[in-house]
Amino acid sequence: MGRKILFVTTDQQRYDTLGCNGGTLARTPVVDGLAAQGIRFERAHPQSVVCMPSRSTILTGQHPTTHGVWMNGVPLPLDAPSVADVLHEAGYRTALVGKAHFEPFLDPFLRFPENALSGTGTEPPGGLHRGFEHLELATHGGIGPLHYAQWLAAEHPEALGGFYPVLDGSLQVNGAGGGDTGAPQVKVNPIERGIYHTDWVADRTIAWLDSLGADEDWFCWMSFPDPHHPWDPPESEVARVDWREVPLPAGYPEDRSERETIIDGKPRHWRLWYDGTLVSNYEAPASWVPATLTPDQVREVNARNAVECELIDEALGRVLGRIDERGWSDEVDVVFTTDHGEFQGDFGLLFKGPYHVDALMRLPLVWRPAPSASATPSVVTRPVGLVDLAPTFCTIAGLEPPPWMQGGSLPTDDADADLRGFERVLTEWDSDIFGTSVHLRTITRDHWVCSTYLPGTSHDGTEGELYDLADDPLQRHNRWDDPAHRPVRDDLVADLWSSQPPSRLDQLVLESPV
Amino acid sequence: MTATRGSVRHQVRLALPPDEVWELVGAPERVHEWFSGIESCTVDGDQRVVVTRSGLPMPEHLLTVDATLWRLQYRITAPMFREHLGTIDVLDLEDGTSLVVYSTDAEPAALALVIGGAARAALANLATVMGLGGPAT
Repeated sequence: MGRKILFVTTDQQRYDTLGCNGGTLARTPVVDGLAAQGIRFERAHPQSVVCMPSRSTILTGQHPTTHGVWMNGVPLPLDAPSVADVLHEAGYRTALVGKAHFEPFLDPFLRFPENALSGTGTEPPGGLHRGFEHLELATHGGIGPLHYAQWLAAEHPEALGGFYPVLDGSLQVNGAGGGDTGAPQVKVNPIERGIYHTDWVADRTIAWLDSLGADEDWFCWMSFPDPHHPWDPPESEVARVDWREVPLPAGYPEDRSERETIIDGKPRHWRLWYDGTLVSNYEAPASWVPATLTPDQVREVNARNAVECELIDEALGRVLGRIDERGWSDEVDVVFTTDHGEFQGDFGLLFKGPYHVDALMRLPLVWRPAPSASATPSVVTRPVGLVDLAPTFCTIAGLEPPPWMQGGSLPTDDADADLRGFERVLTEWDSDIFGTSVHLRTITRDHWVCSTYLPGTSHDGTEGELYDLADDPLQRHNRWDDPAHRPVRDDLVADLWSSQPPSRLDQLVLESPV
Repeated sequence: MTATRGSVRHQVRLALPPDEVWELVGAPERVHEWFSGIESCTVDGDQRVVVTRSGLPMPEHLLTVDATLWRLQYRITAPMFREHLGTIDVLDLEDGTSLVVYSTDAEPAALALVIGGAARAALANLATVMGLGGPAT
């Protein structure tokens, strides 16, 4: 019998939403407790700041350039390598419960297995899908072909209309406002807490764990759709955090002229989006102009986000409780993270896009090794990436990570990180949709974040961003064009390009907007 | 994405002469034989209704079925589309092979990607359905 793995992801959660990372809005005692017993990472970055490429990196252990999912809407090939396959072949029982999103959501033809699966059950035809023998899938609401939506429609049809419609009538990300402040993607949702997707994911995880024999090894990816927008948690829970009492985030300059001066120091697509002139990616509502965002809207979004984070923490607590009841506690590794971050008011923005700053790139990551491993609690400050998760799971299982994985098993402390060369982490963005393209490559090393832009709709290929996290943690001052910083910029750019992973030979095709 | 209208084009080259390809592609009532994800279809004059694998009926208006030009055009008239034009052209490459080009124009733009993505898969499937090992190189 080996170590079992509970892998917990959320969707679009910021680093600073956890108490253990200094967050003060949401109470997250369960994850904080795991961090106290295990390893907390202070500089964990995704390799892409949108869902499909990032989740594909988690599964394959490869950078987007290599696995080929270069933007949302590009399906991960069915024969792509998968850490779940590796674990299954080693005898692990494998499940994915919650949000997968390796394949596009908008799929009226049910071409993609994730979307077709609920029609046949929870076990994929052929026995495995991407290495998982059991999949019960959900996303952000009650519409669509996934298991949660089908279950809700069958058992609680009255609850369907309570969710915020993620897309509008034009199938664009919805910009309509709600709540008390009219903030976009906010809605009062009268759904009962017990049937909201957060608790459903925990319930279905527990049900799968209950189906296993006591001596079986297992890898369970429990994937919560929240706190990704829409911010429509159960109405009964909203009073947990009174938005009127929420302080404005440090990253939100309340003074408009200060805000706009900061944005004007960045490549021009920042200001174009802020003004509503060019929405360069599908993930932000085309009909919403960030410049209209009010301080109270920032407060309300942050309050609702905090409520969703609390519900996730409590749901995780229930699952850990069941694991304890099964007598597995000493043998279970728990890894908690997310796929990417969220602006949540930073720079006067919401949502995400081609903007490589901490709001989107600095992620919560906690690894509580199985107590039987007797690991020493620690904090890792060196940069790591989601690309390092797959090899970590292999190591936990006592397996050598296969050569196609590009990361390394997560370090257990800074000394281990230094010994094994955790010096830099890479993040990339490519989007090309209906004539608008953006391409950037980013390196985070030492205390610097350096992004370089390739030619695109708004860029000629000379633009960049350079931030010194040591003296500018909010990334307000772009040093790219500062002559005094030219040597460090040149060094980082050279390192960035010499560290690029190999590219997939054929470019995969965009088959849906998301 | 600020575009409201989307235009997507995919193509496949098949090792068959165009009249043989047109025999299948140009028959509106046979679309479910090669377009993966369409479960059935009924044709009544210039009206066609396809039913997708998700059970969604999509009413369509057939605009052009030109056996000389080897061109089929149709509009999806379901309310979710403000505008749609699908165009399938079979081109003679004059070496015994054909190029099948499937163009999708739609508003909202997102639907052009959804239909166009499915059309791409359908073209890939076409080679198999027509008894070929795959697209011609």
